[in-house]
Amino acid sequence: MQIIQPHYHAIARTAQDYERMAMSGVVAVCEPAFWAGFDRRFPETFIDYFAQISEFEPTRAAEFGIRHYCWVAVNPKEAENTELTQEVLRQMPEFLEKPTCLGVGETGLHKSTKNEIDALQAHVEIAMKHDQLVLIHTPHLSDKAHGTKIVLEVLAGMDVNPDKIWIDHVEEQTIEPVLDAGYWAGMTLYPVTKCSPRRSVDILEKYSTERLLVNSSADWGPSDPFTLQESIVEFRRRGHSLQEAVEIYHNNPCRFLGQNPKWDIKPITISEE
Amino acid sequence: MLSPQKNLDTYYLEARRDLLEVAAMLDRYDRSVEKEGQKAEDESRLNSLLEAMSFLSEKDCPKSNRAEQLLVHFAKVS
Repeated sequence: MQIIQPHYHAIARTAQDYERMAMSGVVAVCEPAFWAGFDRRFPETFIDYFAQISEFEPTRAAEFGIRHYCWVAVNPKEAENTELTQEVLRQMPEFLEKPTCLGVGETGLHKSTKNEIDALQAHVEIAMKHDQLVLIHTPHLSDKAHGTKIVLEVLAGMDVNPDKIWIDHVEEQTIEPVLDAGYWAGMTLYPVTKCSPRRSVDILEKYSTERLLVNSSADWGPSDPFTLQESIVEFRRRGHSLQEAVEIYHNNPCRFLGQNPKWDIKPITISEE
Repeated sequence: MLSPQKNLDTYYLEARRDLLEVAAMLDRYDRSVEKEGQKAEDESRLNSLLEAMSFLSEKDCPKSNRAEQLLVHFAKVS
C-alpha cells in the first residue's frame, strides 16, 4: 500500500528510517519546521535550517525513492523571542518559493502566551498573503484543549480559508471543534504522549474521514515513525477495505497538500482487491 | 529504588497512556453495541476489567501488591 507521511521531522531521523519507510510503502514525507530541542538565538540559524529542509533533505529522501516536501515557520516555543521571530518572518517568503515548500508551519501555540498568539497571527497573515497552506501545532497534554480553543478564536478573527488550514495533534477532546469550524484535523501518533494508533482508528471510525490526516511521530524525542503503519494495520484489522485505507493514509494528504500546485502526487484508486 | 516523587514523575505519562487505551477500548465496545443493537453474549471480560478498575481506584493498598491481586482477579476469567 502506498502511504504518505504528512508530518515527519526527517533531520532528526536516520537514513535507516527512510529505508524502512520505503520498504513499508511510504512514497512521500512532509517536514514541518520544528523546535530543535533548544531555543535558537539567531535568525541565520533558521535560514540554514530552512535551507536544510528545502534543499538538502529532499536529496537524502530521494536515495530511497521517497519524495520530500517541507514547511517553514518559527516554532511556537521560540515565539517569546519577538525580535528573532520578526526577522525570520521577514525572510520566510523566500523559502515559500522553493520547489518543495508546501506552506507555513508548524506555527501554533505551546503555552498560549501573548507573544505566541502574536506570532501565530503573523504566520497566518503571511500564509494568506502568499496563498499558502498553513500547518498549526496545538499544545501538549493538559494545555491542549485550552490552546486549541485559542487557536480557533484567533483564526475566527482573521480572514482565512479553512480549507487551507490543517490543525494538528488533535485528540478526542479537541477534534470536534476543529472539524466543526471547517478546518482539516491531523492526528499525530506517539508512543506515550499523544494519540495512539488504536485511538486514531477509533476517531476515524467515529467521525467523517473527509478532512482527517494521520501522522506518525518522528522527531528527536521519544517517537516512532511506524506508528502510522500501526494505525493502518489496526484500521485494516477492523475490516476496513484497502481502498478505505488508501483514502485516509494516501489520498487525504494528496487532497489537502494538492491545494499547493507543487504537490503533484495524485489520489489513487485500487482497481481490484 | 526511585523516590516517591521520581516514581510519579517517571511513570505518570505511561500510566496515563495505558488508562486512555482502556478508556478507548470501553468506548469501542459501547459503539459496537450501539451499532449491532446488542451486547456481547458473554460480558464476563468486560465486567472483569470494570471490577479491576474499581479495585485500582482505592488509594491504599497496605501490601503494595495491586499487580498480584489483579492477576489473581483476572485468572477468574478465561
